[in-house]
Amino acid sequence: MEAFLHQVFSGLANGAIYASLALALVMIYQSTHHINFAQGELAMFSTYLAWAMINAGLPYWAAFGLTVVASFFIGLIIERAIVRRVADAPVLTVVVVFIALLVILNSVTGWIFTYTIKVFPSPFPEEPLFGPYISSHEAGVVGVSIFVLVTLFLFFRFTPLGLAMRATAENAVSSRLAGIRTGWMLALGWGIAAAIGAIAGMMVAPIVYLDPNMMSGILLYAIAAALMGGIDSPLGAVIGGLTVGVLENIMGAYVVGTELKLTVALVVIIGVLIFKPTGLFGRSFVTRV
Amino acid sequence: MPILEVSGLCAGYGASDVLHDVSFSVEQGGITTILGANGAGKTTVLRALCGMLRSARGSIVLDQVQVNGKATESIVRLGVGHVPDGRGTFMNLTTEENLRVGAMTRRDKAAVAADFERVFSYFPRLKERRHQQAGTLSGGEQQMLAISRALMLNPRLLLLDEPSFGLAPLVVQDIFRIMRTINEVQKVAILLVEQNASLALDLASTAYILETGRVVMSGPAHELREAESVRKSYLGY
Ligand SMILES: Nc1ncnc2c1ncn2[C@@H]1O[C@H](COP(=O)(O)OP(=O)(O)OP(=O)(O)O)[C@@H](O)[C@H]1O
Ligand SMILES: [Mg+2]
Repeated sequence: MEAFLHQVFSGLANGAIYASLALALVMIYQSTHHINFAQGELAMFSTYLAWAMINAGLPYWAAFGLTVVASFFIGLIIERAIVRRVADAPVLTVVVVFIALLVILNSVTGWIFTYTIKVFPSPFPEEPLFGPYISSHEAGVVGVSIFVLVTLFLFFRFTPLGLAMRATAENAVSSRLAGIRTGWMLALGWGIAAAIGAIAGMMVAPIVYLDPNMMSGILLYAIAAALMGGIDSPLGAVIGGLTVGVLENIMGAYVVGTELKLTVALVVIIGVLIFKPTGLFGRSFVTRV
Repeated sequence: MPILEVSGLCAGYGASDVLHDVSFSVEQGGITTILGANGAGKTTVLRALCGMLRSARGSIVLDQVQVNGKATESIVRLGVGHVPDGRGTFMNLTTEENLRVGAMTRRDKAAVAADFERVFSYFPRLKERRHQQAGTLSGGEQQMLAISRALMLNPRLLLLDEPSFGLAPLVVQDIFRIMRTINEVQKVAILLVEQNASLALDLASTAYILETGRVVMSGPAHELREAESVRKSYLGY
């Protein structure tokens, strides 16, 4: 029973990370109808930035904050410089651009920082503070993720800028007719998604260690989570992330073994696409026909 | 001095033009209507005015500012409220959020609050459905919402694309009465595109008839109303 509870809690911690990254995917999907396959590598690159800053002697939270801000601008610039140029291109073009971005980010990071696996520090204490079932880092991850999710919710729900971004994602033409600078709203969306990804990267790196390929599996889990929740539903992404995290851990520990954990994510992806393409919460709004 | 002066406007979608050398104007505080059959190019005119068609050529002058080639949002920010073809409702947002989107460019909080009350007094139904998801509003309610959203921008010029479309006759009369009020009380100039020629000619002071992308007739609305060709083709008697 203790072992089981431990699996559940550490599954929730992983799930919180998948949920964050899934949320980043959903944000971009809502406004562009594309899955940003480079989201994971962007997060990985951000985590290397944090690592470099910490190595240069910056305190952890200063490096954390700077990385989030830097990642926001990197996301913004990628949208302005690259993504918006292919906005009207066929789907395949966009997919190729995203995959190219993924490969470029991966190899540039490997070239700058080498492919040697590095240890990434956790800001949370070694000793478990929250009982025997969950490590302090795992508890910290959950806490940070909740903070991020609540902040995002408040931003989108209660600020004019959040409303403008939601309006743009839903109907860009009407938004422009309301005077909203939709190009900037999309760029802002990319910036925020990159910032969320950066946090997810820094939270997961102490668990999986830092290397240029660290996010590839996690991106798959995040895609599974986003699809499970319904690719256009933020709430779905969060619930999907937590579910995938727990499912993965329990399946890994008791059913399929750790080697096949990633397969669980792929099974979820294929299963959702076949049996319930809209996911659990996708397009749940009512419309008049 | 017209608030809007269009001359030699050509525009289309893709290879061929839909509009050919269209010229017209809207007086400061005036009401102009463009009438025409289905597919004549009325919606295309409004789209071209708002910078939504890259193919648009010719001169569009809004209150002495040349707006050709400007981005839609920049033109809108000069004070142009556009009630688009199809209403453009934000289905996932509430009624109130739709209106707040309409007022997005404004910083004068007190005036925005006053305009909320004003549009709610025009359309009390919207106030009752303030927190309802806009996608669940009826067609007529969505039309009211579209007009209100454009008004929340505090426009100097209101472009209306068939506001009577799909509405019950009583609601249409309501909307036309409100448009007159908006024009008289708020001094908003109106460019109205309509199928309902009779109502449009009553409301407007100047009218243009568009046929396959060309202006074939224009003049004071009451004169066009009397013209035999207009009576036959657009008024049906
Ligand atoms: N998005 C589009 N792409 C291609 N052609 C279009 C598009 N929109 C309109 N057209 C064409 O342009 C012409 C003029 O259309 P427009 O919508 O301006 O007519 P309208 O006068 O508004 O008609 P209605 O009264 O039916 O609304 C039509 O022949 C139409 O087929
Ligand atoms: Mg039309």
